[in-house]
Amino acid sequence: MNAHSTRTRLQPLIVGAGPAGIRAAQALVAGGLRPLVVDEAPACGGQIYRQRLVPDQRSARDLYGSEAGKAEALHRDFAGLAGKLDYWPQALLWNLRDGRADIMVSGESRQVAYDGLVLATGATDRVLPIPGWTLPGVFTLGGAQIALKSQGCAIGSRIVFLGSGPLLYLVAWQYLKAGADVAAVLDTAPFAAKLSLLRGLPLFPGIVLRGLRMSAELKLGGVALHDGVADVRIEGTDRVEAIAWRRGGREHRFACDGIGYGLALRSETQAADLAGCRFAFDPRDRAFLPERDAAGRTSVPGIYLAGDGAGIAGADAAERSGERAALALLQDRGLPHDAGRAAALERELARIGRFRAVIEAAFPFPAHWMGGLADGTTLCRCEEVDAGAVRDAIARFGVHELNRLKAASRVGMGRCQGRVCGAAAAELLAHETGRGIEAVGRLRAQAPVKPVPLTLALAARPEAAE
Amino acid sequence: MSRRLDVDVAIIGGGLIGSSAALALRGMGLSVALLDKGFCGAQASGVNYGGVRRQGRPVEQLPLSQRAHAIWPRLRALIGIDGEFLRSGHLKLARDEADMASLEAYARATARHGLGLELIGHNELRERFGWIGDGIVGASFCPGDGHANPRLVAAGFAAAARRAGAKVLENTAVTGVTRDGEGFALEAAGNLSLRARFVVNSAGAWAGPFAESFGEPVPLSRIYPSMIVSEPMEKVMSVNIGIEGGGIYARQVERGNVVVGGERGLPLADPDFSRPRGDGALAIMNRAAELFPALRHAQAIRFWSGTEGAMPDRNPVIGPSLTTPGLIHAFGFTGAGFQIAPGVGEVLAELVRDGQTQTPIAAFSIGRFSQPSARTDAGSGAGQDQEPQPGELRP
Amino acid sequence: MPLLRRLVRADHPAIPFTLDGIACEGRAGDTVLTAILTRAERLRLSEFSASPRAGFCQMAACQDCWVVLESGERLRACSTALSPGMRILTRRAGAA
Repeated sequence: MNAHSTRTRLQPLIVGAGPAGIRAAQALVAGGLRPLVVDEAPACGGQIYRQRLVPDQRSARDLYGSEAGKAEALHRDFAGLAGKLDYWPQALLWNLRDGRADIMVSGESRQVAYDGLVLATGATDRVLPIPGWTLPGVFTLGGAQIALKSQGCAIGSRIVFLGSGPLLYLVAWQYLKAGADVAAVLDTAPFAAKLSLLRGLPLFPGIVLRGLRMSAELKLGGVALHDGVADVRIEGTDRVEAIAWRRGGREHRFACDGIGYGLALRSETQAADLAGCRFAFDPRDRAFLPERDAAGRTSVPGIYLAGDGAGIAGADAAERSGERAALALLQDRGLPHDAGRAAALERELARIGRFRAVIEAAFPFPAHWMGGLADGTTLCRCEEVDAGAVRDAIARFGVHELNRLKAASRVGMGRCQGRVCGAAAAELLAHETGRGIEAVGRLRAQAPVKPVPLTLALAARPEAAE
Repeated sequence: MSRRLDVDVAIIGGGLIGSSAALALRGMGLSVALLDKGFCGAQASGVNYGGVRRQGRPVEQLPLSQRAHAIWPRLRALIGIDGEFLRSGHLKLARDEADMASLEAYARATARHGLGLELIGHNELRERFGWIGDGIVGASFCPGDGHANPRLVAAGFAAAARRAGAKVLENTAVTGVTRDGEGFALEAAGNLSLRARFVVNSAGAWAGPFAESFGEPVPLSRIYPSMIVSEPMEKVMSVNIGIEGGGIYARQVERGNVVVGGERGLPLADPDFSRPRGDGALAIMNRAAELFPALRHAQAIRFWSGTEGAMPDRNPVIGPSLTTPGLIHAFGFTGAGFQIAPGVGEVLAELVRDGQTQTPIAAFSIGRFSQPSARTDAGSGAGQDQEPQPGELRP
Repeated sequence: MPLLRRLVRADHPAIPFTLDGIACEGRAGDTVLTAILTRAERLRLSEFSASPRAGFCQMAACQDCWVVLESGERLRACSTALSPGMRILTRRAGAA
């Protein structure tokens, strides 16, 4: 058995069964390969097209709104691949090195050798710390959406949505339609910025008009809409009781018992980092992202990126980038692939990319908040490190690099490994040291990607599926 | 743009050894440049296990270790932080009678050094340390040992040296050193030229080429000890734990996280960085859960690993160069540098000022590798052919 | 007052569990997080300041919602389906 035959007997591995992972799997199967798909969720769909644990009285239209057709198509198409791929739901990729993935599934850890790796690890909400944000009743926008769609629960009886980006209005609108009491939508973006949405009209008129319609329906539904919201403070003792903010020098306050909060999304890049992919600073996302070409190839041969894990572009882009990455994998393995289709996908991705730039301009990330962050505000939720302690560490140790800040302050050292506070810590460090955000570096990922039990047992035999 | 600096002492390597030497030299009024190719304390000094342990060291290290022992409780006065130093005691476990006999022999051999070791039998172990699982027959307890937070201590010494007036130059790799007239000429990144009367080679795993360039090749290899950290747990582990014969060591920090070591990582494509292997990490995690039943439901939340210089005989190189006056070596601590580093720093400063020290260090001379009988095998993983594994990383 | 308000699935089969020793019922399809927070207003107390926490992201990313069972077992509430007989604790700071 020569090296080549050993190589080609290994399966490609796809991490994530959201829109990107599903379309990648479909394209690999069409190309004659049998991928292994691992995903943390019990069912496919990712966060955006997440499925319920059990059915309830709601229809797909109730759950996914205008995107119901896309959601159903993805769920159906993935189900149709059964027997042509291997699929491990509720499986956590927790370590990755030297062409092997360590995956926790069914209570054991399996070592998986692969040939070709598509990382479709998705995104989570991007947030910045604000006073009171650890109080019960404050959830991310994504969390609020999951509570509603997947669990059929509202995050309170009088709810305020705070933050910026299309998801802010979408989630508020979904809550309104579901019969929840939505008190207000507080947009941190100034009105003037949102005028740039008009530039998005010729690119994707449907999306822009849908957003405007949601705003109008929220207003008609009695929801207070405010923009240019600043100096936000969440009040409460044991849970959320109110939210206060300033706009144009005036103080405002709303009583509420649930808050959905998010400032757009951030990519989940730990797996790409562990895989050794080279990173570069992306000014649009204000984050270090794994480098990739238009097809999704990373700096490491045989490793491809797709979906929001490679930079935020949304679900429609994820479907296309998943398929595109799979075509690149086929091509790189010397297998037949549809070059025309690949080119068409890249054109569509480029168009979506231009639209993303418009969205970012319309809903700018309020990085400047970190300059004024009160010392007593918790920055790292896991380790309970407040802004003052971070400032002390920066001064005491003369820190100007993010991993050194972690070492000196514990920021990003807890259970979430900096997923939640990493962006804030970088912004605060940049502000305190007077450096650009790109100059303070990025938190290096370490295994485990998420917590794993000390008693986790290594599976008896390595998986090297044929 | 080129810069020039003229100092009494140039220190290559801003780990705990170099940083503590810099601080001690500033205390003597000498001018110091502390150069690090990356960040001070970011390698072995900052990412070791954090054991502050004399017990288990080779006898020849104990005078130096005792000297350092006196420094640890004074950290706050010395560097402004206590580095989370905790004099918890260090308990070394025996899995069987043969291991217990080794612990007893060690206690006898080191009796005159005043470690105050207490040999503990099975029943007493149950009474005093009931949180340790079955399968342990006895232990040796060193009440004066403990543990500290390496992330803070290493960076703390460098910051204190800076406050004391040392020129701390990070991201400043030294690219060349030559003996030049009365002193040394150094070239470093960023077009920096230095002149120094003395050079301290405390470059850890990167010290080999500097020694070799002065005609003193050493069998320095690299090891990559890796650690596992649990989520915060209720306090159960009152002492720093090691085990005779090696394989696992563990301590619980004040905040509740348990740090477990015993596994070696592997280098990445850039061999200055390393990462644990998944299967190796699992083996250590499983062993910890077995040895400490209170951890059986704990989650591991992060790993770390670092690059350490290792010597085949487990002893560091400390002392003057035998070829070049003014050059002083201090490297190769083989996973056991953390506790003695502050003592080494003082010794290095004395060697610069006085040309000698009262602390016995003859056993660590670089000359031991120029003997024809000294077998060297540089490049092999030091940990692989040595049992027990050395080190601070295995308290 | 509970943190979450159930909008659907109120008539799904009941799943019994205990919360700090008190008998409760969740509904088929509940995560542990949903089952707790439709009854209570927190999941746990934080380890260091004992401040109340109730999860944040609900998508297994932020790790804010780890809870402890009476057995000492730990689980992430948002990504674990409620199962009958779970005996969940929210009271202990720092947990087991």
